[in-house]
Amino acid sequence: MESIIHFSPYTGWVYPNETVFEWSILIAVYPYITGLVAGAFTVSSLYQVFGFERLKPVAHIALLTSLSFMIFVPTPLLLHLGHPERAFNATITPHLTSAMAMFGFFASFYVALLIVEGWFANRPYIVEQAQKRTDLLGKFYRLLTLGSYDVSEHALRYDKKWIFALAVIGIPGAHGLHGYVGFMYGSVKAREWWSSDLMAVIFLFSAIISGVSLLAVLYVATCKMRKIPVDLACLKGLAYTIWAFIMVALLLEGLEFANMVYKNREGMDMIMQYVTGPLLVPYFILQFAIGAITPFLWLSYMIWRGTTGKALIVGVTVCACLVLFSVFMMRWNVVIGGQEISKTGKGLLSYHLPLWGKEGALMAILLTTAPLGLLYVLTRLFPPWSDTATHAHS
Amino acid sequence: MKKEDTKPTLEARRAFLAKLAGAATCAGAVVGAATLGVVPAASAKTEAPSDGASFPTKDYDWTKHQWGFGVDATKCIGCLRCVEACKTENDVPLNAHQFRTWVERYVHLEGEEQVRIDSQQDPVNIEASGSEKTFRFANRYKDAKVDKAFFVPKLCNHCTHPACVQVCPTGATYKTEDGVVLVDETYCIGCRYCVQACPYGARFLNEEKGVADKCTWCYHRITKGLQPACVEVCPVGARVFGNLKDKQSPVSLFIRNNRVQVLKAEMGNAPNVFYVGIDKEVN
Repeated sequence: MESIIHFSPYTGWVYPNETVFEWSILIAVYPYITGLVAGAFTVSSLYQVFGFERLKPVAHIALLTSLSFMIFVPTPLLLHLGHPERAFNATITPHLTSAMAMFGFFASFYVALLIVEGWFANRPYIVEQAQKRTDLLGKFYRLLTLGSYDVSEHALRYDKKWIFALAVIGIPGAHGLHGYVGFMYGSVKAREWWSSDLMAVIFLFSAIISGVSLLAVLYVATCKMRKIPVDLACLKGLAYTIWAFIMVALLLEGLEFANMVYKNREGMDMIMQYVTGPLLVPYFILQFAIGAITPFLWLSYMIWRGTTGKALIVGVTVCACLVLFSVFMMRWNVVIGGQEISKTGKGLLSYHLPLWGKEGALMAILLTTAPLGLLYVLTRLFPPWSDTATHAHS
Repeated sequence: MKKEDTKPTLEARRAFLAKLAGAATCAGAVVGAATLGVVPAASAKTEAPSDGASFPTKDYDWTKHQWGFGVDATKCIGCLRCVEACKTENDVPLNAHQFRTWVERYVHLEGEEQVRIDSQQDPVNIEASGSEKTFRFANRYKDAKVDKAFFVPKLCNHCTHPACVQVCPTGATYKTEDGVVLVDETYCIGCRYCVQACPYGARFLNEEKGVADKCTWCYHRITKGLQPACVEVCPVGARVFGNLKDKQSPVSLFIRNNRVQVLKAEMGNAPNVFYVGIDKEVN
């Protein structure tokens, strides 16, 4: 096993065992990816369930994005485990009082749901390809038809009912999944920085803004790659969604921090020393000022002025990138920040991110971007473009 | 295939499906019951004991024991023999960052408001010992005017409501019938959720084994009638151990004859290490 003992420098008084950082950047990547899954699914649901017609161009890629990222959710966890080969112990013999044990079931259920919904949504295309192709890929599509070649209007109406039902179930599924991730941190009473009833909701809203932002970026990028014009109504729809949810996300985080400061429990002196010291830049500057307030004000300005055309495309894309960055910083500040404040309430540790190694920066970047590779493959196999493909509900 | 052949096959298939439906219903009922069981299980925060017959020490009856630990901080001299004995006895990694037990030093210097706290892992102390395998407190305050100073031995509190047991996703960390929190090294996945959940910093990841590690109160010794290694080697009797069910045991007498307190009582973990002579800064 690769040695990961890295003594962390500290100031003040910390318990001896705390000087080894146990949850590394990978544990920040894990909720980040999970959040993107939930957020992408939100966009899909806004179209499928709530009838936001203007989001139709991204509805399918939203589903594929959600699936691509969901498949990678366990990877940072597996890489982090002391015994990854025993990972299934948590699902074979789950410990019912453990928040982490139940996560496996939620995640598996949600993956299954995504696959089934994706199958229904892509069935007409699968059937078409299965009948048209004679190569190896044709065999693959024929296998995927599961023997059902009926794409009559009646059959497609039936499919649409399933898609609707699965999308409805998926809303609590996706959001429950991510709220649950927040609960895993919020329920740890040993850490004042994590132990908050609001943590689950904060995670949820930050997840939504990150997923919607990812789709905005992906949508603009795919339009450029496919050399088709960006549907401005769709992009504006995404911008409105980010704008609305970012307000709630900001409010919730503000509330949590205010609560902590106002309650002023034991150890608060150290937390204040931390947030006004080592956390000043990552928390107040990067996460809030640059990552959240800047895009919020920019989006507000564009909505107010009715910005359109290239300015809107550039504006929304930049804002979305900032939000994606902000939400990653939020995960970082929670996971790493929580461990930088000692459980003694009398000391601070500092985490140094290695570049190499299985818990290093490069691995974190690889795991965060790998789902995009899978997404590329999936879009080749199941084109999600509403302008070219024939889909059950297009 | 002939039609006559098909019919029984179809019937058999239907019968199979009917059985499957029945099995699914039963499974649903079991899952439902298990889910209902979550609530009391979560509130009880302890595990059902395993079969006593499976115990390695044949003549040991865990139902007759409820282990407890006492620490008299007024006696501790900070010699750190307990720390070294623990490392040796329990094969604890020989480094200065991972311990099953440790000793904290609290020093109030004249004219200073803040107490100075350190432990054997402090770089100054490591330098004084000259090794990360043997430990001593550096005489760093010899030229200062000390108002008040004392040592506090620390270890796992073997809580009645252990947060580490609650969060363990596999049940590899569990509480025994006789009140000891243990880790099944063959089942732990090394997720370190328990390390995060412990308010006392008593856990760490054993890098060599890839599993969570912590004090066991030397379970392999106490079930044979011996004392934990740290208690055995303490030259001043600052560490006291025994059976809480026995009213004359050292720990029962320690609790009866002193005003004891526990660490971070507000966490609700109900620790089973009882302290005498600690100050307000100790947590």
